[in-house]
Parts: sequence; structure tokens; C-alpha cells
Amino acid sequence: MSQPIRDDRPDALRRRLLGAGAGAVALGALPGASLVQAQGSGAFDWKRFKGEKIEVFLVKSPRGDLLTKFHKEFEDLTGIVVGSEMVPEQQQRQKAVIEFNSGNPSFDVIALSYHVQKRQFAKNNWLTDLRPMIADKSLADPALDFADFAQGGLNYAVEPDGRVNSLPLNLDPWVVYYNKELFDAKGIAFPKTFAEMQDAAAKLTDSGKGVAGFVARGLKNANVPVWTSFLLGYGGSFIDGKGKLLTDSSEAIDAGKMYQVMLGKYGPPGVAGFNWNESQSLFLQGKAAMWLDGIGFAQPLEDPTKSRIVGKVGYGVMPAGPKRQVSALFGDGEGISTYSKKKGPAWFYLQWASNKMNQTRMLQAAAGAPVRNSAYAAAQSSSDFKAPKQWVECMLTSARIAQPGLPVISPVTEFRDVFGVALTNMINGADPAAELKKATADFQPVLDKSEKA
Amino acid sequence: MNSPALPTASRPGFLARRRRAYYFFAMPALVVVGAVIIFPWLFTVWMSVFDWRIGSVPHFVGLENYIKLATNQRFLESIVHTFYFTLLAVILPLLLGTAAALIFHREFPFRGVLRGIFTMPMMATPVAVALVWTMMFHPQQGVLNYLLSLVGLPPSLWVYSQTLVIPSLVLVEVWHWTPLVMLIVLGGLAALPTEPYESAKLDGATEWQLFRYITFPLLAPFLIVAAVIRTIDALKAFDTIYVISQGGPGTASETINLYLYLQAFAFYNVGNASAVVVVFFIIILALALVLLHVREKTKWI
Repeated sequence: MSQPIRDDRPDALRRRLLGAGAGAVALGALPGASLVQAQGSGAFDWKRFKGEKIEVFLVKSPRGDLLTKFHKEFEDLTGIVVGSEMVPEQQQRQKAVIEFNSGNPSFDVIALSYHVQKRQFAKNNWLTDLRPMIADKSLADPALDFADFAQGGLNYAVEPDGRVNSLPLNLDPWVVYYNKELFDAKGIAFPKTFAEMQDAAAKLTDSGKGVAGFVARGLKNANVPVWTSFLLGYGGSFIDGKGKLLTDSSEAIDAGKMYQVMLGKYGPPGVAGFNWNESQSLFLQGKAAMWLDGIGFAQPLEDPTKSRIVGKVGYGVMPAGPKRQVSALFGDGEGISTYSKKKGPAWFYLQWASNKMNQTRMLQAAAGAPVRNSAYAAAQSSSDFKAPKQWVECMLTSARIAQPGLPVISPVTEFRDVFGVALTNMINGADPAAELKKATADFQPVLDKSEKA
Repeated sequence: MNSPALPTASRPGFLARRRRAYYFFAMPALVVVGAVIIFPWLFTVWMSVFDWRIGSVPHFVGLENYIKLATNQRFLESIVHTFYFTLLAVILPLLLGTAAALIFHREFPFRGVLRGIFTMPMMATPVAVALVWTMMFHPQQGVLNYLLSLVGLPPSLWVYSQTLVIPSLVLVEVWHWTPLVMLIVLGGLAALPTEPYESAKLDGATEWQLFRYITFPLLAPFLIVAAVIRTIDALKAFDTIYVISQGGPGTASETINLYLYLQAFAFYNVGNASAVVVVFFIIILALALVLLHVREKTKWI
């Protein structure tokens, strides 16, 4: 059951990325996957499981809504009947744990957030290894082309031991939204490095006019990815090969100091209680020059009924830290319950959900950032696609430099809570080194226990 | 002489039969109480002595969960936050609700309509209320700071400040639940007899004396009921706090309920969460005893 903890040091990470890359290549080289291109998709028998019924368990979100809306299309294509349930994210996570623990979950397919559920599901062996089905040419549609999947998404899908537990659907790299008007007024260019970013924030902060140079989440738990965005750029990582936390390293402390300055000094008053929505509303009003958050929040910024800054929004890639340029990555996908008795039909559902059509729809509906590279070109060619070109470029560049924004561990919620409190304290003036030392000491036993159990 | 002994001989059997029948009729109630109160309670106590995380094998740890709680700064602070919140969220609605009831008890035009309007907050869904207040509290775009600016006051951080967050949350509670106190007290006022007032007025009592020596003592039982209801509500307050501040900034508004929720449903640490429940239960029990004691004492009013 227990697998080695993932090593998050830069060198190890590189090795793992190479390994995952090799895995992806291997996937491409599997007979089923490569044959398809030659065969043409017409030959694939989608009706093989006609008359069966599967249950899918999704998260209530624009992506869940979109898939549910087109379930009829899947039913027509395959003759498989889909029963689906959608519940809000938090409840979905709780329900998943309880149902899997019962040993007889009510669903065959489950949506998962990689940053929260990947390690938990893998450690408990709750998901089916998809490799045999990917390799079986009677089960894998030729159009399932892993070369089309962004590397960040494949990294999420592949486990350290080579298992493929899920298909990725959506990627959420963190980017810097910026207000071009405010930048132009001060004659400042979008920052390329952390130092320039701090400098720009200092120059753009104008408390007299109520303009914050920078805004991001300060609310505990929600705020952790802001700090890890800095941490990754400073060359830090979360855990070493022996399962020891590296969250009180000098890189982590530098990132903490940067967090303290960017939010405490250049952030708006009250930022310690801000989640993404408060940050967004401030940015929408033109009262913040830069906003660091996931790329999925762009839609309202270009909506004239909600935004005062339509056409003035820049979409910037996360600036480079002293060591690396990294965009903190989040994402979600779908897997098949290990207890499912209908793995074949469930696998058909997974392939359908991640097909190019659905991925393009997701982008067109602004429901997420698809993991398939081809979806971007496809969506842009359609006339009703409204996302700015710069957003698409920012997405593609960010996905290339993306790394997981949170450690891949089971108690990730507790990690976010403990370090989230430390970060909020920093905004209110606490010493970053002392706070991180305490948080690390508090969390290490929790992590040890979770990997031992 | 023998004949009277006969009925007495048969009596114990009769009584025993009656007692058996009595138990039989009590069974449904006992089963329900056992299933929904006693069993869950014992099971909670049982879980609290295990290191038990959902998804892993429980280990018996004795009182370790409790010992850890006793030194857990965050838990201890959550108790303080709970009491602070409860104290304010009981006293303020009680004072304002009583005042409102006294006003609405008098005759004046449109009294019925105004009373109806006044009770409206109570009918709103807590989560919806909380979301609206969250918007009003926003330090830059919130309407509350705009109102402050109209009267020349500096902006406040409301729930975004570690020191103001609990009073700000209480503000929401006060807005939401003062009408309930008013309704209870208004009911009490309507039930008061008029004779004592008439005789006191004849004796030349002032308005204040009427209130202090007649209205207040007669109203005391109703005030106690209102206080008990408010205390229960304030102790179990969760939705408003969770939606508005999530216990933040940091842990500044983390009450026992929020801490408990995190432990049980975010960290899946049910052993530790059960220990929190047991401690919380003991605290509530102690508080209930205090309230009962106060009720006894209020007979002097």
C-alpha cells in the first residue's frame, strides 16, 4: 500500500519530470495508442458496451455542468446510460472519502482535484490503473492522443511508480493579471523577475487613490499557493526524498518575506481576510495593479457588465524568481473507481470526456483551461471565442513552466491550514522565519503519520 | 380475618404486572433516545480515545487526545473566541430586543406594519445573510465603509481585522436575531396583568419604578427563556462565521465549532474531533448548570 513519498527537490523533480515524460512517450508507443492514428477513428467500436449503465460523480462547477449538459451525446455515441451526480467541491471531497472507505462506492467514474486528492487516492489504491485499457486497441479510441496533452497534465496523471490513475481535463496555472492602464500611467513595463515585481508594486501602490500595487489571497488555507508561487521561484521545494519537510528552508523563508512585503506592504487594507473573490472585485474596480491567482478567473475581467477595466487587462506569466521561473499548477481530471464493476464503460466515458470536442467546448465556455494543446487552436478558430490572444499565450507559456503548486501528499488540507495561518500572521507583522519554523514543526508529525498509516 | 389478606396477597403480582406493562409502553421512547442520543454519545466517547483518521486503522491511545487538547494553543484560543462571541451575541440582542419590545408594546400608528418589518431579518436564510454582510464588510467596496465616510469617520476593516472580526460577526448576529428576542419579550408583555400597574400608579410610582419593580420582575422568566435560546444559538453558531470569515483572519474568529469542523471534515481526524466534542459537551453542561442556577436565583427579582 505505502509508496515512497514523492521527492520534491529540484534535481529529483527534474528526474521525475524526465521519468514522467518517458512514461508519456511509452504511452504513445503502446500498441493501442499508436495504432489508432494509422487506423483512423472510424474503425473504433464505441458501441461495444451498449446497454450498460454507469454512474459518474462530478464536482459542481462550470466543467461539471458542461459535461453533464452533453451526456446525451455520449449516450448516443456508445449506447451506455449515464447516471450522474454533481455536488460542490468541498462536499465532493468528503463524500469521496466516505464512499471509498465503505468499500462500495456508488460511482464508477469520479472527478478529482489533483492538488487535493491525487496522493490520497493513490495511497489508498482507490483508482484503477488505466494502462491495460490504454494498451488494449479494442478499448482505446485512436483519437486519444497523449502527445496532444500538456506535460503538466500528464505529470499529474502518472504516478511515481508508473501507474496511470486518471485522465487530466483541466489545468489551472497561476498567472499575474495586471492593469495596463495603471502600468502605462507610471511608465512601467510588466515585471520579468521577482525583484522587478516588488519594485513595480512599490511604484504602483497609491494609498491616497486607494490603489494597491498588488493583491492576492491572504485568507488562511486559500493563501498557500501565493506563497508556494514565490517558493518555487526561489528554487525551494516542499519535501525531500526522506519525507522531511523543506518548508523552513532559506528559500521558504525568502518566499515568506516576499509574501509579507507584497501583501502586507503593497496589498490593500484587510488583505489578511481576502480570498480570490475579494481580490477579484478589487481588481475589477481598477483598484489593484497586479493580481496573482489561477488563470481560470479571467472571464469576468472582460465582461463589461462586471468589469471597469475591460480591454485594459494584461495577462502576464509569473515572473522569474532568483533561481527559476515557475508557474504554480493546479488541475483536475477523472479516474475510475477501483471497486467499479463497469470499468470498460467507465473508460469509454473518460475518453469521451477528455476528447478534443469537449476540451474545445470547455475553453469556449470559459469553463477552464483544457489540457489538450489542440483545443486552443480549435477554439480560436471559432468566431464566438472571446478570450484575448494574450490570455491564450499566457496559458500555453505558463503550462510549459508549471509545477505542482502544492505538495502531493494526503493531508494537503491540513498543510494549507497550518501554513495558511502562518502566512496570515506574516501579513500582520510576524517574523516569517519563526512562523515557518513553527508551522513546519507542527505539520511534520501529521505528514509522518499520514505516510505511515 | 383471613379474607382481607387475600387481596393483599394478590397485590404484588398486580403491581409487578403493571410495572412490566409500564416498561413496555416506555420502550419506543427508550429505543429512540438510545439510538439517537445515548448510542452516538457513547460512540463519540469511544472514538475520542483512539488515534483515528478516516482511511487508516484506529489505534487506542487512551487519554492522549485530551492531553494534546489541553496544551493545544489553537484549541484553547477557540474556547476563548467561543465565549467572547457568545457573551456579546447573547447580551446585545437581549438588551436591544427588550428595548424594541417595550417600544412596540406601546400604541402608535402603523405599529403592526412596523413590527412585521422589524421581524423580517429573522426569516432570512443564514447563509444568504452572511453572504450579503460579507459584501457590505468589504474594506474597499463595502457599503459600511461608505456609510462611515458619509459621517466623516475613517474606514474600518470589519471582519478583515483580527481584533474587530468577532464584534463584526456579532453585529450580524444582532441584526439577525434581535427580532426573536423582541417577539419573546413582546409575548411576555402581552401576558402581564394590568392591576399591579394601576395600583402602583395610584400610589404615585414613577415610570422607572414601574419598570424596575413590576415589569422587569414579571418579565424575568421570559428574559431567561430568551437568554437560554440565544445562548444555545450562539454556542452552536457556525454558518455565519464559516461563510463570512472561515475562522480568520488567521484563527482570530475560530470558535470551537469551526475548529471541530476542520478536524472532523477537513482533516478527517475523527479521534481528535471526538475529544473536542466531549470537551465542548462538558463546557455546555457546565454552562447549563450555571443558567439553571441563575434561574433559581432570579426568584428575588
